[in-house]
This record gives sequence, structure tokens and C-alpha cells, in this order.
Amino acid sequence: MREVFVAGVGMIRFGRYPDRDVPDLGAEAALLALADAGLTMRDVELLAAGCLFQANAMVGQRVLQEIGQTGIPVVNVANACATGSTAFREAWMAVASGEYDVALAVGVEQMGKMGLLTGGGGGSGIRTEGVIGSGLMPAVFGQAGMEHMRKYGTTQEQYAKIAVKNHRHSTKNPLSQYQVEVSLGDVLKARMVAYPNTLYMCCPTGDGSAAVVVVSPEKARQLGAKVKVLASVLTSDPWTERDLTLPDVSTLTRNAAKQAYAKAGVGPEDVDLVELHDCFATAELLHYENLGLCGEGEAGRLIDEDETAHGGRIPVNVSGGLLSKGHPLGATGVANIFEVTQHLRGRAGDRQVEGAKVGLAHVIGLGSACTINVLGT
Amino acid sequence: MGQRCKGCGAVYLSSRRACSRCFAQGPFEEIPLSRRGALWVYSIVHQSSPGVPVPYVVGVVDLPEGVAVRCNIIDVAPDPARLRFGMPVEMTTAVSQQDREGNDVVAFYFRPVER
Repeated sequence: MREVFVAGVGMIRFGRYPDRDVPDLGAEAALLALADAGLTMRDVELLAAGCLFQANAMVGQRVLQEIGQTGIPVVNVANACATGSTAFREAWMAVASGEYDVALAVGVEQMGKMGLLTGGGGGSGIRTEGVIGSGLMPAVFGQAGMEHMRKYGTTQEQYAKIAVKNHRHSTKNPLSQYQVEVSLGDVLKARMVAYPNTLYMCCPTGDGSAAVVVVSPEKARQLGAKVKVLASVLTSDPWTERDLTLPDVSTLTRNAAKQAYAKAGVGPEDVDLVELHDCFATAELLHYENLGLCGEGEAGRLIDEDETAHGGRIPVNVSGGLLSKGHPLGATGVANIFEVTQHLRGRAGDRQVEGAKVGLAHVIGLGSACTINVLGT
Repeated sequence: MGQRCKGCGAVYLSSRRACSRCFAQGPFEEIPLSRRGALWVYSIVHQSSPGVPVPYVVGVVDLPEGVAVRCNIIDVAPDPARLRFGMPVEMTTAVSQQDREGNDVVAFYFRPVER
């Protein structure tokens, strides 16, 4: 495999676009990324498109109908919340393999206000188990947080501090769906969704798109692209003790992190910023340990001591994270690459992590799929 | 009833083609599962799919045979003060909903063991 560089990134503000459609949203981000790279559709040799809710509707080809049909190969990807990051990885592999020199990844989703309860339940026939809504995302991540409370005495307040941090971060990100600061009291007093997560501790639904152009080393030299993909890893669930009865977001993240650090030749201590999958506040705290940002059982201390806040030892989700930036499923993983790339190029504006050289983007799709992409300059 | 892999002893609630731990393609041995277990973790859901009454308690119950069951916990107030990690629970059945023809659908639940 050869080296792969990020030549251009693009993203629209996450939010609600009821008057637009999926190909149109995806096309806007794609054109932004191509312009950022200094390339046009004529240069693109492969498109990987990620969109979960329209996984059977040829989204990639429909994006090309909006921006230029050159007859290139198109791969449409669906991998739960890891849909966008898996599309990015397809583009990375296309270039890494040597088969193509320029590949485009587009992640897009239009959820409206309907997407929260995608985990099951609701009128989908009769189940044999006595489960009513226990597989819904809020219930799953509520229980995952409770497991950490059980093991280490983590408190609801520590989880709430993560929501405070990410909402505060988002006030510096003009592309964030929400840009409003909330206090610890606001978070704790907000409507309960699934204990211990209140409303502000759950990511919103929404619409959005993001795109990334990846290129070969020769192209990168021509274009002056400096951000390199140090590792791109995808894992699924291995067998674990409670074999998926409680969907396990940790084991496959740990496996992915181990592989990613080994392939990238860096350790967690070398990482300057992390964009991780904070679909719920409880999830972010678990991933501090899963990604090796701290030792076992220390994640509560990490948030207590502001180590993961902007300006802290290891800033996490300076974009506002899924909690505030938003989580249009297919777009999320590509938007993470956008964020990390902007910091590595020193173009992240008011939220810039100064001197960032290595960044890590992590996504979990329940079911499960985990991607970790490590970028560096 | 549970399914135990004769190769490595892993227990599953449902049948599988091959063991997901050791990949042995059976045979699986059908074993009875206890009605009683211990609550591993829980959450209290306040927002759910349309038509599902909230709040309700969801949990994962560990059975002594080495298998975990995802379930709803009933006959307990939906309040963290009333729930305890490791608390003993037992299986029960109740009507969960009606199917399209209006017949009752009976599902299993767990409830705290009375002291």
C-alpha cells in the first residue's frame, strides 16, 4: 500500500434543510472539497458515497448527476453511523492500492426530525423476546454509561460535564447545528431521555453533508497537499462475554485503536486532537479509555480536570461533537475528517488547536462497525 | 432454553450456525436456563417509539448459566433509587401488546425477587 494524502475537504453547516434533497446536499459538499483541492470532476477517478437512510437509492450516482457524470466507478456505502467514515476508507483504499490517483468520498444524510429512534421497536412486527424499546439507541447508551458507573463509580454529573464542554466548543464552530452554551445545571435539569442521559446529553437528528478528496503522493506534491492518512482502520464486533446482549461499543473501538496506533506509528500521547463518536455523553467518556487517552477507570477524572477541553492536554470534539455539531449519519464520519484536516492545516479559525500535527477521528456504528482514521502532517 | 456450544461451552439464547467464539459448527446442546438472575445494568427510558408508554426500565440480566438476557424490568418504580446493580431478579411473563388481529402477545420480563 502506498501513502495517501488529503487534498481537499468540504462541509456544509449541519442542520435542517427540508426544501432540499440528498443529492443536492451531497453535491454542495463535493464541490466545496474539489474547489479546496484545486481539482474538478474531470480529475476524480472514483467516488465512494455514504448515505444510510437512502442506502438502496444510488446516492453516489445521483450526486454525480448534479456535479458531472464522467462514468467513473461509484461505490455506495452503508455501515450504520460509520457509513461516512467507511466511505472515506473506501476512497483511501482505492488510492492506497495504487489503482487510482484521485478519489472522492461524500457523506450525506437527510434525517429531518424522524431519525432518533432508529434502533428498532415501533410497529416493526412482533418480537419473540420481551423487549420493548430496549434496543433503542438512548437505552443502549444509557446502559453503556451505567456499566461504567457500576465498574468505576462514574457519576451522572461527570457525563453531564461532557455535554457542557461540547456545547461550549460548538459556539466557535460556524458549521455546527447548534452553537449555544449550556450550563451544568441546564444539562442536569433538562428532560430525561434515558437515564443517565438528558436531552443535552443526546445528539440531535439533522441533515448535512461533507466530502473529502484523497490523492496519491505524486498528486499531493503537485497540489501542495500536506495532510497524510497515517492509518485507516475498520473493525467489527469480536465475541465478548455478554455477546452483544448489551451492544458493546468498547471492544471493537479498543481493537481499532490498537491497530490504528500500530499502523500510524504513533501513540495516544502523540495525538493533538480527537474527534470521537459522542452520540451520547456517556459514549464519549467510555471512549477516553477505549482510545487510550487515559488509564482504565480514569475517564471521569479526565473530564473533571478539563483535560479534554479546548486548551487541555488532549482536546476532544473541539468541533462541538455529535452532541452539538449534529449527527446526520452518513455525513458524520466524513465531517470528522474535515475537522481534523482543518486543524492540521491551521485553518480551523477560532477553534484552532495550535500546532496540531496529529489528529484522530473515531466513529462507531452500532451493530457494530468502528472506524479510526489517524491523520498527520 | 439456551444453546451451549459443545466445543467451548459458550451459551447463547438463540441457535446459531456456528459458535461465534470458537467457530465450531455445533453440535449445540440445549440446556435449561434459570428463571433467576442478577441485574447487570439498567437504564430508564423516558422517550421511546410512538405508542410505547414511558417511562420504563430496560436492563441486562446475567443468568448463572453464563448468558445475558436483554429485557424490560417490571414491577419496580422507574427510579434509580429503587434499582441496584446486581439486584436479584426473576423471569415472569405478561401481555406486552396486541397483534394485528387483536390477540394478546405474551412476552417475558424480569422483576425484582421479593424478599
